[in-house]
Amino acid sequence: MAFAVVSDLHKRYRPGAPEAVAGVSFEVSEGEIFGLLGPNGAGKTTTIGAMTTRVRPTSGQVTIDGFDVVRDAVAVKQRIAMVPQRPNLDRALTAIEVLTFHAAYFGFGRQQRRARAMELLSLLGLEGREDEEINTYSGGMAQRLMIARALMHDPRMLFLDEPTTGLDPQSRLFLWDRVADLRARGVTLLLTTHDMAEADLLCDRIAIVDHGEVIALDTPRGLRNLLPGDRGLEIGVTGDADPATVFQRFGEVEVADATDDGRNVRIYATNPLAELVAAADAAGLRVEGVRRIEGTLEDVFVHLTGRDLR
Amino acid sequence: MSAPVVQAPQLGQRRAQITAFKAMCGRDCWVILRHDLAGFLAQSLLQPLFFLFIFGRVLPEIGAAQGSYGAQLLPGIIALTLFLTSLQNTALPLVIDFSFTKEIEDRLLAPLSAWALAVQKMVMASLRGIVAGLAIIPLAALILPGGVDFADVSWLGFVVLLLVGPLAGASVGLLLGTAVEPQKISTMFAVTLTPLLFTGATFYPWQALDTLRWFQVLTLLNPLTYLSEGMRGALTTIPALGAGWVALGLVVATAIFGTLGVRGFTRRATD
Repeated sequence: MAFAVVSDLHKRYRPGAPEAVAGVSFEVSEGEIFGLLGPNGAGKTTTIGAMTTRVRPTSGQVTIDGFDVVRDAVAVKQRIAMVPQRPNLDRALTAIEVLTFHAAYFGFGRQQRRARAMELLSLLGLEGREDEEINTYSGGMAQRLMIARALMHDPRMLFLDEPTTGLDPQSRLFLWDRVADLRARGVTLLLTTHDMAEADLLCDRIAIVDHGEVIALDTPRGLRNLLPGDRGLEIGVTGDADPATVFQRFGEVEVADATDDGRNVRIYATNPLAELVAAADAAGLRVEGVRRIEGTLEDVFVHLTGRDLR
Repeated sequence: MSAPVVQAPQLGQRRAQITAFKAMCGRDCWVILRHDLAGFLAQSLLQPLFFLFIFGRVLPEIGAAQGSYGAQLLPGIIALTLFLTSLQNTALPLVIDFSFTKEIEDRLLAPLSAWALAVQKMVMASLRGIVAGLAIIPLAALILPGGVDFADVSWLGFVVLLLVGPLAGASVGLLLGTAVEPQKISTMFAVTLTPLLFTGATFYPWQALDTLRWFQVLTLLNPLTYLSEGMRGALTTIPALGAGWVALGLVVATAIFGTLGVRGFTRRATD
């Protein structure tokens, strides 16, 4: 059953400005882990903002558990929690006060607040640090405290905006484990990321977003099936000849836009590399680099947009 | 992850909003009492204390003002403290929250309408204003040569002004705190606070401006004028603006600035 429904969402921040979100629609089922994947500026954060009542849609509708985010904002806020990209902790408070006051806003009793805060602090590896001022917290600790804060009021749906950006590898693994825990608890999760591997690992379904639009939406496996072949080679070439013509006899060929470093050509074929290089040589193309296409989401993104993600 | 200890309370939306409102007030009180009391008092009381000392004590002492000037000054200083403490405690935290720390985001995701959060900010800043306004009175008793004479006090008027005056200040603060871009905020304060301070009938009774008619009319645009005059009327026998004018001025100012401020707040709260 759909828990969150986004229908034809549009957002234009200023009249005349380009649309940050240009007609996005998707549904998130209860208990699902849903990923919004795309480059910076694709409209992921705006979409999350609309779903969490912070961005007013220019048109379109968003409902959470049947409640409209504009008309029934309070009911929506009772059901969701958000872990933002940038720390927004209440810096006048200590760590445990951040958690207990947050729970108080949601109507938890005094004793419940404390017990729950201690439980979550220990779960997120912050026990013993509960009485410290927030200013003394490192970036990774602040991130974990924001996750604890988000879980304090037992939300039905949790939004994570770029949760692992800027985290060290250890913290990243820790976060991934916690996401798996949340799935086990039945919390519906929506996360944004521009890390393809992360989306692949964590998400049940992924919407690939680019220029404010959903350009593909499927399971990670379904998205990989969009590739013309699951194997192939990406070859960087320089030279005047048209790579599409040169390589077309081997299989399906995609040519990315030219950059200063030449052009990237993706050839979905199983021929040995030597044959492709020989063909390039014969046509006067110089091979600058070779990468194997392994059917990652990054390959899917490049296939769909003709652009590299980073 | 173990199962949650407790389920989230299933509150109706109205109850949820009242609960969140009260909890945020609790948080603000906690922060002042536990983390920030000395800073708050210093920030609120230092300026009025110096006004009282220089204008009420030093100037009469050196013969630059009459000895009775302190009695005229005190109601104005109480009004000023009520008004400016509330104004600054609404505006400054909002500027910082919205622009730099983003702390407001957590409050905005609590089950509370944005306008109710704006009102919560005004109420708590007004409470700070009331504390500061009351704290100034015993200090004035020590500083002013004639002490503080509350023989002719209209207690009802005093209490009403104590409650309404800070709200007027907080509504101006809400507008200032949400109206301009953060880069321009220091300019904004410079060009608004000084005129507010000196055109608010703080240092002189409004009726004494009869001979300076244009200035007398101009000061009616400042909400602080009504609060100062109200206080003067409530605390002394010095001729002051009538209670009806005071009530009208404060209510109209609070309504206008409050409406604009709440609108500015909700605009900043949602993109």
